[in-house]
Amino acid sequence: MATSVSIRDLSLSFGAVTVLKDLNLDIHDGEFLVLLGSSGCGKSTLLNCIAGLLEPTEGQIYIKDRNVTWEEPKDRGIGMVFQSYALYPQMTVEKNLSFGLQVAKMPKPDIDKRVARASEILQIGPLLKRKPAELSGGQRQRVAIGRALVRDVDVFLFDEPLSNLDAKLRSELRVEIKRLHQQLKNTMIYVTHDQIEALTLADRIAIMKSGVIQQLDDPIVIYNRPRNLFVAGFIGSPSMNFLRGEINEVNGQPVFSTHGVNFSLAGYQTSEPLKAGRKVVLGARPEHIAIDSDVMGGEAHEAVVDIEEPMGADNLLWLKHAGHLMSVRIGGARRYAPGSKVRMAFDMSMASLFDAETEDRI
Amino acid sequence: MANSSTLNTTAAGIDAVSDRVGSGPSGRKPRKVISQRNIILYGLLGVAALYYLVPLYVMIVTSLKGMPEIRMGNIFSPPLEITFEPWAKAWASACTGLNCDGLSRGFWNSVRILVPSVVVSIAVASVSGYALANWRFKGSDVFFSILIVGAFIPYQVMIYPIVILLRELGIYGTLTGLVIVHTIFGMPILTLLFRNYFTSLPEELFKAARIDGAGFWQIFLRIMLPMSLPIFVVAMILQVTGIWNDFLFGVVFTRPDSYPMTVQLNNIVNSVQGVKEYNVNMAATLLTGAVPLIVYFVSGRLFVRGIAAGAVKG
Amino acid sequence: MSTRAEAPGPTHASQTHASPAKANPARSVARRPNQLFRNLNSKIASIPMILVAVCVFLGGTLWTVVYSFTNSKLLPRFSFVGLDQYYRLWDAPRWVISIQNLAIYGILSLIFSLAIGFLLAALMDQKIRFENTFRTIFLYPFALSFIVTGLVWQWILNPEYGVQSIVRSLGWADFTFDPLYDPSIVIYGVLIAGLWQGTGLVMCLMLAGLRGIDEDIWKASRVDGIPMWRTYLFIVIPMMRPVFITTLVIIASGIVKVYDLVVAQTSGGPGIASEVPAKYVYDYMFQAQNLGQGFAASTMMLLTVAIIVVPWAYLEFGGKKRG
Repeated sequence: MATSVSIRDLSLSFGAVTVLKDLNLDIHDGEFLVLLGSSGCGKSTLLNCIAGLLEPTEGQIYIKDRNVTWEEPKDRGIGMVFQSYALYPQMTVEKNLSFGLQVAKMPKPDIDKRVARASEILQIGPLLKRKPAELSGGQRQRVAIGRALVRDVDVFLFDEPLSNLDAKLRSELRVEIKRLHQQLKNTMIYVTHDQIEALTLADRIAIMKSGVIQQLDDPIVIYNRPRNLFVAGFIGSPSMNFLRGEINEVNGQPVFSTHGVNFSLAGYQTSEPLKAGRKVVLGARPEHIAIDSDVMGGEAHEAVVDIEEPMGADNLLWLKHAGHLMSVRIGGARRYAPGSKVRMAFDMSMASLFDAETEDRI
Repeated sequence: MANSSTLNTTAAGIDAVSDRVGSGPSGRKPRKVISQRNIILYGLLGVAALYYLVPLYVMIVTSLKGMPEIRMGNIFSPPLEITFEPWAKAWASACTGLNCDGLSRGFWNSVRILVPSVVVSIAVASVSGYALANWRFKGSDVFFSILIVGAFIPYQVMIYPIVILLRELGIYGTLTGLVIVHTIFGMPILTLLFRNYFTSLPEELFKAARIDGAGFWQIFLRIMLPMSLPIFVVAMILQVTGIWNDFLFGVVFTRPDSYPMTVQLNNIVNSVQGVKEYNVNMAATLLTGAVPLIVYFVSGRLFVRGIAAGAVKG
Repeated sequence: MSTRAEAPGPTHASQTHASPAKANPARSVARRPNQLFRNLNSKIASIPMILVAVCVFLGGTLWTVVYSFTNSKLLPRFSFVGLDQYYRLWDAPRWVISIQNLAIYGILSLIFSLAIGFLLAALMDQKIRFENTFRTIFLYPFALSFIVTGLVWQWILNPEYGVQSIVRSLGWADFTFDPLYDPSIVIYGVLIAGLWQGTGLVMCLMLAGLRGIDEDIWKASRVDGIPMWRTYLFIVIPMMRPVFITTLVIIASGIVKVYDLVVAQTSGGPGIASEVPAKYVYDYMFQAQNLGQGFAASTMMLLTVAIIVVPWAYLEFGGKKRG
């Protein structure tokens, strides 16, 4: 696949503070890439570097195989949508869309054509004569997207575009952005701290922490096979259960031991040999722990229900077992009283093992 | 560029991707320190700074010259022979037309006016602001609105009724009278300042104290005051400079022997008798400006905050 | 309100806002206390504010306006003469000159202080080095009194030793710039001093306004490729309209009061060439002992301020009701 945006050895520091470290990233043509991380991880900084709003200290940025490291934002072939919309408040929607094109001295008929196309795609035709203050949050964000759209660019940059909206609008606009991507097939780079947005929108997700990309992969791979403890803990809600322990051998088979209890590791896929004595962390998502009737043969352990959190479609059980407290997701109709005993087992094919020292996946 | 090549090799070692960084632009765009933009930017700022600094410079050099030197040279030339005599004279023996004991009298008069005026005006206004923020009663906002509108009324409109009022009370021309006048005219801005500040404090705090049984004064003294030090400092800066710089009230509401420093300064410099002693005049001017200038330089950002709070929120 | 007040009950006493510290137990069973005693401490604490607002600001202003229709001389006398004082006022050359001066000084001062103040603020907003130093320099004159300002500039504009003599000594022997001795331009001399004292404040207000502009707006305009000056002109300045208006009102209402500056710098001279309304008022009230004229003149000042402030207050607070 052709590369649309390529970031090479990018570093950025403000004085003594390093925000981005030797970062490399290739984004394919037409790809929807999400930069995900908590605040201060450098994701917005990276986006601003791609846009040309921040200067990297080291490294290069290519867009469409053109070195744009020293180019002005307007010459990079990008459009950008901001969290606060950043619409020009004293101008009508139409003027907001056309102002940049006018400044670039584009002929009027062409401008009109572009504005018409953008307003049709985003269905903001009836709003063209209004001012931003007269629009709802969702409408404003649509206009902000429109302003990027009229620039007719290859790459769209989104800087947390939905964070200022309430939950319901957010999920609606999420779908719209996805539809927009399917329709336009542009490259889109999208910054967010919301993992649901990342999982639902992305072709690939880049999870960042302290200026370094921790994992760059399909959303499903990231969810199911996190590359390290940070990614495992960051993705998923309720979050993954972590059990500290070590690898032992019972009857020549590797087991995971914690507080004197052994769990068979049969079914866990790894290329590394599971050497006995290695300190590890076992990670299991709440839906990857089976209880009672879900336990498919093999060993099962007895655990005590500590508390249950019914959430409608699901029911989250908190189980106490071998000194650990872990959450299990079951169907909403299955109820357990606190104190009741259940049989539980890990689905080792879906579990994750991490080295306790390096925190990397085994 | 040596830097980028070393980076190149280390990157290749780590990522096992050879030749990632191509030739061409890389890293920060090189920029000349002396660019056209910077010349214009700092040039304009420099010219503006000069305009603002020149008067201060002129005051200082003039005050350090002797009169013969002033008559010879120009006002910008630095003193050939530094003398502090003008300062001594301005402080101790310059003549105002009434007496010849210099600005020292005005200085102490101003201090005597300043201290009680600052204390009383801030005390009264902080309590009013607190009542307006947390204990609103029917009509309190109406009075407050009148107060704020009153801030825009020229003093000249209200000055004579106040003269009559103070005369009726028998305190016209006394220190008490002037303190009351400063309290009155400081009230709009200070009350606004305190009201806005107290409103910005979390209301839960106030409610919690109410539930704990604290009353009006207890909440003010025990909870609000300890949290409000910064705003009191801002108010003090505002009042110290404002009252020290006042001229009109000083002229109208005091007698000649208790004129504040500004009035006395004006009388010294603009007195028609005798030979003009420009060096003494400038020393006297600097002495009068010293107090607010010191407050300004010491308080720095708080001063800015004070005038911004006073101006923008009004 | 009234229905609630009539309903008797033991709970009501505890509902009152600030029941005095030592609540009388007998009373809490009885009727709800009088409205006047609700929130009593707050009312007591507000007495000074109420007195100032009602007696001084409201009462004093009305008093002056009313007495401007009398022929009070040395003492205020309640004998109406209609608009006589106003006719006399507008017939007086000194008053007309005062108003002209105020108009020239006011309009130019507004234009220049807004323009220079905004320009300086925009320069300061370019992520410059030594920002604090520049700010300190631009703002320090604002800490000084008008008396000090007037006296310094009186000295700098002194034709014998000041700017004029220096330019002459540099070779331009015919150069004339002695605003303080030339009646036709004296008000510009005052203007220079006034701008020196006040533009720092405007710069500060404008800078605060600029800093309040969403960073994303700047980013968006860069992505759109809009040059900086056009961003300022077409996006930022329109966004700062409220700041401009507020600043304008603050400067304008300050200009109307201008008094000390003129007293110190020119004493109204040469002749009466730099008289201003505030000085007219003071002189007639406290020196010429013609109170009626003073009242009429100060009422005219009030009117001027009202013309500036009322439309602004209406725009600013009228719509929203709450400030």
